[in-house]
Amino acid sequence: MSDGLFQFLLRMGDNTLVLGHRISEWCGQAPGLEEDIALANTALDLIGQTQMWLGYAAEVEGAGRTADDLAFLRDVWDFRNLLMLERPNLDFGHTITRQFFFDAFHVLLLTRLQASSDARVAEIAAKSVKEAAYHLERSADLVIALGDGTDESHQRMQSAVDLLWPFAGEMFAADDVDNAMAAAGIAPDPASLRAEWQRKVDQVMADATLTLPESQFAHQGGKTGRQHTEHLGHMLAQMQWLQRAYPGATW
Amino acid sequence: MYAQMVKSTGHGVKPLDEMDPQERAFQERIDAGDKIEPKDWMPDGYRKNLIRQIGQHAHSEIVGQLPEGNWITRAPTLERKAILLAKVQDEAGHGLYLYCAAETLGVSRDELTRMLLDGKMKYSSIFNYPTLTWADMGAVGWLVDGAAIMNQVPLQRTSYGPYARAMVRICKEESFHQRQGFDIMMKMANGTDAQKKMAQDALNRFWFPSLMMFGPSDKDSVHSAQSMAWRIKMNTNDELRQKFVDQTVPQAEYLGLTVPDPDLRWNDETGQYDFSEPNWDEFFDVISGNGPCNTERLNTRKQAWDDGAWVRDGMLAHAAKRKSQGIAAQ
Ligand SMILES: [Fe+2]
Ligand SMILES: [Fe+2]
Repeated sequence: MSDGLFQFLLRMGDNTLVLGHRISEWCGQAPGLEEDIALANTALDLIGQTQMWLGYAAEVEGAGRTADDLAFLRDVWDFRNLLMLERPNLDFGHTITRQFFFDAFHVLLLTRLQASSDARVAEIAAKSVKEAAYHLERSADLVIALGDGTDESHQRMQSAVDLLWPFAGEMFAADDVDNAMAAAGIAPDPASLRAEWQRKVDQVMADATLTLPESQFAHQGGKTGRQHTEHLGHMLAQMQWLQRAYPGATW
Repeated sequence: MYAQMVKSTGHGVKPLDEMDPQERAFQERIDAGDKIEPKDWMPDGYRKNLIRQIGQHAHSEIVGQLPEGNWITRAPTLERKAILLAKVQDEAGHGLYLYCAAETLGVSRDELTRMLLDGKMKYSSIFNYPTLTWADMGAVGWLVDGAAIMNQVPLQRTSYGPYARAMVRICKEESFHQRQGFDIMMKMANGTDAQKKMAQDALNRFWFPSLMMFGPSDKDSVHSAQSMAWRIKMNTNDELRQKFVDQTVPQAEYLGLTVPDPDLRWNDETGQYDFSEPNWDEFFDVISGNGPCNTERLNTRKQAWDDGAWVRDGMLAHAAKRKSQGIAAQ
């Protein structure tokens, strides 16, 4: 059980770490000042959540590692984030569409986790869910505005949706870790979140005048660590460089 | 300094008895410590100077995100990453307050941005220097924000109300900026040999550029007198520079770092430090576009602006649709 819990906590913390990193790449380069501030704020929330999830993961592991050790000293195969989140930002439309797909999932998951049988999980979820709800409000509004904006913004948003759709399914694919968490009442079966997620997404897509692709194909391998994309290694090369280059230093 | 004025307005300060009654009443209000508000009458020169100064200050906040943004993705711990993100986000917020203050003078944020991107308005010279190691995040917070505070604290009492109020909000956040920078320097200066070397190297590179932030020497800064009479500048460049040196040198000593100035020494008679002037040729090179990062910084801003055009247009178009639907529904 404790290894299952450790894996589950890594998934939670790696999702927020990897997405937080991607979002932070926008710093100083967003389409406008308000977006710049909001993106930095989102990244900041996600890094704060990472500290809680990976901090607890390190405790559960009991091997003397810290949240920083987990973030900065694991290699690609030990990361447990969704593939979608490690993808490069591409344009603002792609960044925001990914954020929306994830936020909609994240809010549902965190809401359920507040009732976790594990008190610490419940506590972290309770601290995170308000932030996630705010992120969702923003990303949904932006998807709607840009989908239903100009011809160009509509077309860019539609291609972002087309590109990201095959990565959405991984959020709901359950494996042994998920089954063990569900059986212990620690976390919901991710598949059980899908219908409600789909309702939210359908509603936002309709308001945004965007269409979801019909294919149900889903890329997988991120949350299990079986096979990440090529992008993650480059991200880690950057993120972990100081810790790797100067081992044992404190910062 | 963030508003690093170098151009002269071309003439000295008019004595009160040569002013027309309106101008004289205006000057007397300033002398009495009154705040000038957007709807009040003001001389054209006052408005123009303020637009230039506040605009330049706002641009500095925005361009100033870039040298620190350069290290967010490489911050060495989760906590450092969070602190740096929060700091850089604050700077964007400062930009926003200041653009809002400038807008009260009748110039829009988009117009100001255009002028920045076309090279018609400047930003502080300091942000044209590269950030090469993590210790630079320490040096920037400690020295650059330190210098910014030196300049901004007195500006809380500046004569233009919206500018003064923006400064009050900004100053509240700046002390955290300097503290986190100094804290990074402490860790590095007490760290491994490699970290100490990084810290010293950062101080070596940022010392003189930080002194340049206060602008040219008073003898070469002709416009100062008018700006000071209008209370849009509260201290001379040299006064602030001296204050900064006097405050910073003991901090460097505390860190065990060496200020890269062989002529720096305490002067018992004056009760302050004697120090070398920065290389003013380098300063004028940097502000005329030839600093190490001028092209890159401006190109980054231009690209952000151009790449973001479809987003801004899309949001405007959507808002317009919503509005017309709202009207139709009524
Ligand atoms: Fe600032
Ligand atoms: Fe600052």
